[in-house]
Amino acid sequence: MLTFTIRRLLLAIPTLLFISLVIFLLLELAPGDPMAQVPLTVPPEVKERMREALGLGEPVHVRFWKWLVQFFWVEPLHLIDNLFGTALAEGQQRVISWQSRSPVMDIVAQRIPQTLWVVGVAYIVAILIAIPIGVYSAYRQYSWFDQAGTFITMVGFSVPPFFSGVLVIVIFSVNLGWFPSIYDTTHEVNDWDSFVVQLKQMIMPVMVLALQITSQISRFMRASMLDNLGQDYVRTARAKGMTERVVVLLHVLRNSMIPVVTVIALGIPAIFGGAIITEQVFKVNGIGQLLITAIQANDLPMVQTLTFIFAVLIVLFNLIADVLYGILDPRIRYD
Amino acid sequence: MTDRDDVPVEPANNPAGAGAAPALDPATEYRPPRNQWWDVWDQFKTHKGALVGAAVFILIVVAVFLGPYLWTIDPTYIDIRAKNQGPSLAHPLGTDQLGRDTLSRMLSGGRVSIAVGLTAMLLSIGIGTLIGVIAGYFRRLDGPLMRLTDLFLALPILPLLLVAVLLFRDMLSAAFGPEGGVFVLIVSLIGITSWMQTARIVRGDVLALKEREFVLAGRSIGTPSRRMITRHILPNVLSPIMVSATLGIATAIITESALSFLGFGFPPDFPTWGRLLFDSVDRMQLYPERVIWPGLAISLTVLSVNYIGDGLRDALDPRIRGR
Repeated sequence: MLTFTIRRLLLAIPTLLFISLVIFLLLELAPGDPMAQVPLTVPPEVKERMREALGLGEPVHVRFWKWLVQFFWVEPLHLIDNLFGTALAEGQQRVISWQSRSPVMDIVAQRIPQTLWVVGVAYIVAILIAIPIGVYSAYRQYSWFDQAGTFITMVGFSVPPFFSGVLVIVIFSVNLGWFPSIYDTTHEVNDWDSFVVQLKQMIMPVMVLALQITSQISRFMRASMLDNLGQDYVRTARAKGMTERVVVLLHVLRNSMIPVVTVIALGIPAIFGGAIITEQVFKVNGIGQLLITAIQANDLPMVQTLTFIFAVLIVLFNLIADVLYGILDPRIRYD
Repeated sequence: MTDRDDVPVEPANNPAGAGAAPALDPATEYRPPRNQWWDVWDQFKTHKGALVGAAVFILIVVAVFLGPYLWTIDPTYIDIRAKNQGPSLAHPLGTDQLGRDTLSRMLSGGRVSIAVGLTAMLLSIGIGTLIGVIAGYFRRLDGPLMRLTDLFLALPILPLLLVAVLLFRDMLSAAFGPEGGVFVLIVSLIGITSWMQTARIVRGDVLALKEREFVLAGRSIGTPSRRMITRHILPNVLSPIMVSATLGIATAIITESALSFLGFGFPPDFPTWGRLLFDSVDRMQLYPERVIWPGLAISLTVLSVNYIGDGLRDALDPRIRGR
């Protein structure tokens, strides 16, 4: 298991390098010019020097290498500096945003809590809803609950978040006026009333995200439970005289959770991607919204870094899912 | 030999004809040979959701492709005096802020959305099948192609799509015109980034098929690889390809609408469902129905396609069929 994990970790390095190269080369083709906003009265040679100051004068491979060094060496050092108060990265060039002229990672660090808060809560809510639905649907297969559950999950699976989000805004904030349509990230929770306000503004984005995740996970949960309910060990457990609750919730549920746990792990990066749309609908200023504004403003270092963070998340969670599967299922051995 | 000539024709004319033959001769229980697609259809019919989904999808496709011939108002015609109207006989779904007829915009928007969905699906299925078959059939290419698939699976699709649309939009607009360029761009981007699942499924099936006797028999009489693939392998992997094709339509439509919704899709005077939704979000407080129509159209199309996929998966699975 350990060798497998190490091998997968080593294999992740060329994958990430390839992805960073793809992203870098794609952005290399970008038609935009960071000097487009500079007044025409600035002479061309000054513009040229400004461009060089942004690090644009050098050939492609040199810039790619510099970006790699900045991303994988300088930024982690900076993180250590911030955490432990050391001065390892003193005076080293960081990845700078062209929009705000401040380090990209600082802006990302400001934005990530909002995204994590909304996405994370949505994911937990979705899992908590999905698993009981899946278990009960499978246990009472073809009952009215199962039929309704299958239909609702199919709808939740098919309705895109940019429609369900807009729909709940129309219903609950325009018509009923229960919840605010815009997520206010400057809001601070310090007493009960502000907590209620926070709860109110979180309900809609969280539920929209959760609807989609719930649909996927509960479908998986149901299928996996159905696979296991027909197994011999279930009959054995019943024949031993165990109560139905123990059979279903202890024996079957545990075994059915194995594939579901990996699906949950695999879904996390996709949720960050999906959050781009939800953030746009509810005006949450998280990293998805940061990415959209950066693309529109032609802020290449920012786009590069954010896209790469998404890629790292995908590779990381694929790895976690594989390892988890090996740990949870003793039948799987990667040797 | 009239009898033998009749037999294969009869079930094609009469799908329920299978029941007629045993009635003639109940002792031998003779059933005429039957095209397997009739079995698939019989199984598909039992899945109510899939049947309704197919009906709804066909209805939407017909409405969207024939509708503009019946409802002849130009979707780009601006009648500023008739702006922001509610539903009326002249405009059943009302008009938008420039007085353009919402119904005709919905119809022509749907035409683009569904065309994008179908073409992108064809492209992605094409690439996926090609890579899957080659990887499964030629052992030497298996490793590299599957690593390539893994790499593509690790790409953050939505951010890359957004970036790529922005980068290549102007280039392709110059080559194919503003609408054609964006169409080509979005279709090829969706196709290039969504073939991986198909490739993996097809590869797995081809690997299993390669061990079967008929492949061995075919190879032993010297069938060249090209003909092995087209005559013997491809027809046998058709079912997973068909299922991922239906699901591919759904993903392509959602991706296109998501791009349009984020403002990275088709130009504003060229409606698609996603674009109509994006345009009406700003005014949803005053005219919520304008948000509902395109959103409902997208959701209904995707829902019906997903149901068709569900039914097809059951119908094409020989282990489930006939139960």
